[in-house]
Amino acid sequence: MATSDLKADYTLKQIQITPSASATQNACKLCAPLGASLVFKGIRGAVPLLHGSQGCSTYIRRYLISHYKEPVDIACSNFGEQTAVFGGGVNLKLALENICRQYDPALIGVATTCLSETIGDDVPMFIKQYLATQPEESVPPIVHASTPSYQGSHMDGFHRAVRATVETLARERTATEPARVNLFPGMLSPADIRHLKEMTAAFGLTAMVLPDYSQTLDGGLWESYQRIPGGGTPVEEIAKAGDAAASVELGHTLARAGEGAATLLEQRFGVRAARLGFPMGIRATDAWLQVLADISGRPIPELFKEQRGRLLDTLVDGHKHVNTVRAALYGEEDLVAGLACFLTEIGIHPVVCASGGQSRQLTKTLQALVPAAWHEEMTVLEAADFAAIETAVATARPDLIIGHSKGYAMARRLDIPLVRVGFPIHDRMGGSRLLHVGYEGAMALFDRIANALIEQRQDGSEVGYTYM
Amino acid sequence: MSSIPILKQRERQIHETGTAPFEMTCDQQSLAGSVSQRACVFCGSRVVLYPIADALHLVHGPIGCAAYTWDIRGALSSGAQLHRMSFSTDLRETEVIFGGEKKLYQALIELIDAYAPQAAFVYSTCIVGIIGDDVAAVCRRVTREKGIPVLPVHSEGFKGTKKDGYKAACDALFQLLGTGDTRDIAPVSINILGEFNIGGEAWMIRDYYQRMGVQVVSVLTGDGRVADVCRAHGAALNVVQCSGAMTFLAEMMKEKYGIPYIRASYFGIEDTAKALYDVAAHFSKDPAIQKRTEELVRAQVTAVVPELQRIRADLEGKRAAVYVGGAFKVFSLIKALRQLGMQVVVAGSQTGNADDYATLRDLCDPGTVILDDANPLELSRFVIEKRADLFIGGVKERPIAYKLGVGFCDHNHERKTPLAGFEGMLHFAREIHTTVTSPVWQFVPFRSEG
Repeated sequence: MATSDLKADYTLKQIQITPSASATQNACKLCAPLGASLVFKGIRGAVPLLHGSQGCSTYIRRYLISHYKEPVDIACSNFGEQTAVFGGGVNLKLALENICRQYDPALIGVATTCLSETIGDDVPMFIKQYLATQPEESVPPIVHASTPSYQGSHMDGFHRAVRATVETLARERTATEPARVNLFPGMLSPADIRHLKEMTAAFGLTAMVLPDYSQTLDGGLWESYQRIPGGGTPVEEIAKAGDAAASVELGHTLARAGEGAATLLEQRFGVRAARLGFPMGIRATDAWLQVLADISGRPIPELFKEQRGRLLDTLVDGHKHVNTVRAALYGEEDLVAGLACFLTEIGIHPVVCASGGQSRQLTKTLQALVPAAWHEEMTVLEAADFAAIETAVATARPDLIIGHSKGYAMARRLDIPLVRVGFPIHDRMGGSRLLHVGYEGAMALFDRIANALIEQRQDGSEVGYTYM
Repeated sequence: MSSIPILKQRERQIHETGTAPFEMTCDQQSLAGSVSQRACVFCGSRVVLYPIADALHLVHGPIGCAAYTWDIRGALSSGAQLHRMSFSTDLRETEVIFGGEKKLYQALIELIDAYAPQAAFVYSTCIVGIIGDDVAAVCRRVTREKGIPVLPVHSEGFKGTKKDGYKAACDALFQLLGTGDTRDIAPVSINILGEFNIGGEAWMIRDYYQRMGVQVVSVLTGDGRVADVCRAHGAALNVVQCSGAMTFLAEMMKEKYGIPYIRASYFGIEDTAKALYDVAAHFSKDPAIQKRTEELVRAQVTAVVPELQRIRADLEGKRAAVYVGGAFKVFSLIKALRQLGMQVVVAGSQTGNADDYATLRDLCDPGTVILDDANPLELSRFVIEKRADLFIGGVKERPIAYKLGVGFCDHNHERKTPLAGFEGMLHFAREIHTTVTSPVWQFVPFRSEG
């Protein structure tokens, strides 16, 4: 039988999704070490090291490479049976040595795994012992993030790694640099990070962005071989985090939790913290630019007023395509909140908002962002898997699904168009270049959403209009 | 180029043919911190069992292992699609402290009720043994209660290498074997082992055998069904592809059921033809099989050779680097590439053994770099040094190739294109041609300097 002979019955539609209370089916989250690895990839010259089994690093590498389409080297301390019995100290030391020999890194970011956490490895002590035996000049700084995959999701690993990096590297405050700002963007795309940096720079601010994988995971071709791809925030910049005039932390749920790196810097060095949702849509971008204006003491540059004008013009031109449309959203909690924020501005009702995340902040956050009149038709799913999400989406029958590639099977079974955003994008080109933030990001999102709806109308019509 | 360092402990796993006495080390746990391209024991088990489409595959552990293996392979099924779901017990801190047996039991009951699978495989991940779960006991209980085989797969990630995962999967399959009805199986019959139906390859190969007059009892595990696995012991011969993965099962079947096995590879015209002829030779009592095989091979080869020759004209003299999971595939790829006029300058595998590397040494041209369990830096170094034009590997190797301005062919299980058999050779040649002859390479700075 050839592939083309596959009958409709043999496709994904054959699977009748049934939610389960005890099992997670088609998870809408990833494990914590992935998030931590991503953060360490955003530091210049850094090599992430997972303290656990070989599969942890390999699976995570494959997952990240499939999205970013860039080399993602993640080392592993490679537990064997002996290691699990006697502890991972020896392996960790060997791994650190070998990384230094092979990569000559500027930083090693150690993230633990379920295995090393369960056997109770004292990683901070191992690192201390290792550093004690090495001449100070010869080893790079080592950051340790505790990221057992049985706690939280990849987002918890992400935030813990950001916080651990600042905690380890930020030195005593020496002076306040009024034009220095710490930016903790959360898990956004390389294109988003680039855009945030451009916006920050336009206010004359020097931003320490953590993580900044805008180049390391979306770089150009190489002129010469790079053991560690160029780009990322330099360790010295992170060290100066305490000197900044302010920290800006993006992400609604993180802001509510108050456990981020900005909080740490606020408590330790008195660095003022501004906490915002992702700058997605008009009001959220306005708020973000206003924060930058406040920190820098400069007015919002003309450039952004022009971008805002073009965005509004676009939204007016296309408003009839999207107003009253019903959409299902899924992904990381902060992304879902950011999307919901923008969609409500253009009249799209978020009828299913789902995340595998477990911050327990999503419902409250969304209720604050989405007009009260729409709450009744809005189902919010926290700590959800795709079985739960698909069941909710099948009931709600939205016009549109907005989320990453892993919702494709659901979208196909339910025959609802999918607009791809966030991570992972494993079935299209350009995942790294998806822009979600700023007026430009809102415009890009709007075009893709409106075009998906137009395309559906066009394809669904027997007339075959060439003019819509 | 020599600025890319090789770790001292890794030097014995790298050999350049013709330069020094051959003393390669292999079959070892990967070196900590070396950034091995290998996965773990769990991965080995998951690869082998994944295509069994009417079974429930439940990953017992925290979420990562299940999330990263959700619907990632191109293993097609002609009916049931349950293998494309990702099921996990998603262990949380509570279970890590108090044990995960209860959650495992409940998950199994709920999922079996919901999806009515023919069997269930329960994969143990790293922490399962450490928290003390008796997975086998839970499986026995659910088997009794639900009346389907529920099989533990001992695939804790750290307990060995990917090969040990293959073995754990074979152990689970072996428990199913011998329970099915074999009465309608003909004397001229085979099982196809180590064929995972990527892009429909098993269908093509099964078709060849059927046209030769050989009954295919079971493909393990491509387009697999539990019932077919259960009666695989009724076949007269096991034909084992992908030597690493399923030789364990072939050995067990030989011992218990007296079924002989032969090795086969379906990559490239030469090896595909050899596989078919070897099977025909095994059943030489029936000369009609040999005759039909000759006709089949002739017709198939005639159909693909003209285009292969046209493609060869463009590829002649190009150099390839090959780094894949199993060494057996490397042998076939070297021959297939030669047929396209290409030379292999770097050859390696994740799981080859001493015999494999000795074979590889004999098969390769002088000056070829042979690698066991390599890492991105080593692969990059030798791609540059040996001036490869093409890299054949998996997703993790792809960005290495592209950053270095080298074409790439995915020969791993994520691919969607059938590359096996005669028709597959044509797909393979077309894919290589597409990547190697792309005009984009002229813009790659690395390459133009090179």
